[in-house]
Amino acid sequence: MEVRILLPEPFFTEVPVKITAHDVVHVARLARLHIPDKEIEAMTGQLNAILEYFETLQEINTTDIPPSTHAVALTNAFRDDRCSPSLAPEEALANAPETEQSYFKVPKIIET
Amino acid sequence: MGDNLAALTIHELHDLLVKRSISARDITESVLERIAAVEDRVHAYITVLADTARKQAAQADARIARGEATYLTGIPVALKDILCTKGIPTTCGSKMLANFVPPYDATVIEKLQQQGAVFIGKTSMDEFAMGSSNETSFFGPVHNPWDLSRVPGGSSGGSAAAVAADECIAALGTDTGGSIRQPAALCGVVGMKPTYGRVSRYGLIAFASSLDQIGPITKDVTDAALLLACISGHDDRDATSIDAPVPDYRSALIPHVRGMKIGIPTECFHEGLDPEIDAAVRMALEVLREQGAEIRDVSLPHTRYAVAVYYLIAPAEASSNLARYDGVAYGFRCDHPEDLQDMYERTRSEGFGSEVKRRIMLGTYALSAGYYDAYYKKASQVRTLIRRDFENAFAQCDLIITPTTPTPAFKLGEKLDDPLSMYLSDIFTIPANLAGLPGISLPCGFTASGLPIGLQIIGNVLQEETVLRCAYCYEQSTAWHTRKPLCV
Repeated sequence: MEVRILLPEPFFTEVPVKITAHDVVHVARLARLHIPDKEIEAMTGQLNAILEYFETLQEINTTDIPPSTHAVALTNAFRDDRCSPSLAPEEALANAPETEQSYFKVPKIIET
Repeated sequence: MGDNLAALTIHELHDLLVKRSISARDITESVLERIAAVEDRVHAYITVLADTARKQAAQADARIARGEATYLTGIPVALKDILCTKGIPTTCGSKMLANFVPPYDATVIEKLQQQGAVFIGKTSMDEFAMGSSNETSFFGPVHNPWDLSRVPGGSSGGSAAAVAADECIAALGTDTGGSIRQPAALCGVVGMKPTYGRVSRYGLIAFASSLDQIGPITKDVTDAALLLACISGHDDRDATSIDAPVPDYRSALIPHVRGMKIGIPTECFHEGLDPEIDAAVRMALEVLREQGAEIRDVSLPHTRYAVAVYYLIAPAEASSNLARYDGVAYGFRCDHPEDLQDMYERTRSEGFGSEVKRRIMLGTYALSAGYYDAYYKKASQVRTLIRRDFENAFAQCDLIITPTTPTPAFKLGEKLDDPLSMYLSDIFTIPANLAGLPGISLPCGFTASGLPIGLQIIGNVLQEETVLRCAYCYEQSTAWHTRKPLCV
């Protein structure tokens, strides 16, 4: 079975550089996307234009500025731990591409 | 009576229903007739629910006969196809979910059902709500009812076009970076994004969870208040839902703004702004000044970075949220996968369209080792600065007014191959999402060529009533909201 290794490569440099075709292939693999060869050049060009625009952020001094992960301050939302109705197995499986008994079925993972 | 009911508002129809001048069935039939007449030109819907709607209308008539009508009883509402509806296909505008039939209802759907609303159809949208023109829908573009060669905006373009073309009475949309307000502006209708957490996101298919919010798209401000009141409130099933009482938004609709302080961000009126929009917004400010509002300049210095911040944070969150589409539990799966890895890659590559893939790529890149600090963390820090800009501004004013969009509706295809130029069409709407603030867009004029112009009013956290009151006062002083598109 083919094992795909995520390449570290010189791609991970300290200062962000514009993205190359090689990087696009690598990121696509991280995202479990397959970009056809004929689309890589166009994707690289578009991502470069967008990343170039993002460079404007580097002119802002953000030392000691805490990052916001949410817009409105949140506290933990606790609730009582009690049982409530959930989906019946047949409902949960109804949209699955392939099932067997009460399981989702996928291609074989382990070679026998 | 019956032929023009589709053109009326929620509150007008409610008054007729409780007087028994008309029935819910009359309204639903009028809307279905209108859909039959114009839908082949507008393409606002992915699914029209004629049978469901007729059944619900009959139930609504029985409820009205019992004297139990609420504002939404018997009102045909269109639902953006990102909201899960039990037993009714919910595609999210994607091939990935083209055959997905949710086993449960979103909280907002349950709330509408409890009010006796009629579900007239599921509206078209940019795929996974990623787009500003509705052109990325797997099911084809929506056409702007004011000019069929132009986009309706996005991503709730189907909802906005359906309201504008009288193919429904009101609609629900969702807004992550302007996806309610921008299409409302381009289609000449009212669209409101509530405070983040005001409306439960349970059953809303996730795009960017720290930004997504459901809201109304309506024919006037009164209807926006009525629909917002119906869908708001705390929900145990959404951990980010705000536990605060829901005000009676309709009672906020007082037609005066005396003493209200309105801030105008000087940064908004720059050379990129369309001159007709600039003029229409300045005229609107004069109207509000005449009504007693105090207009003052404020500064939001970091909002010029908002588009860059948004297009890092939203794709980063999306790349994580959309990891669930793997061909296993639901949704599309590629044919004849060789192995699991092949199944994941081909399912996702064949199931997602190019804009969704582009954003997953951007988000994955921004979160990847070595780039996290420079992109995602940096963007999250600048988000803090943008929030602080608003905090400072709201120390000096009650509301902030800007144009909703920098240009009127653009031509179909015009920006499709230039993602950055498409992203910049959200420049005025994105800051409110990043800061979690409520914002409304309402009509404030038309260009010389007859395209609608939107005015955006932004309030502080949970100040929906102030936003609605100002919007109502402006609307009552003008007649823009009464114009109807002629080309459909």
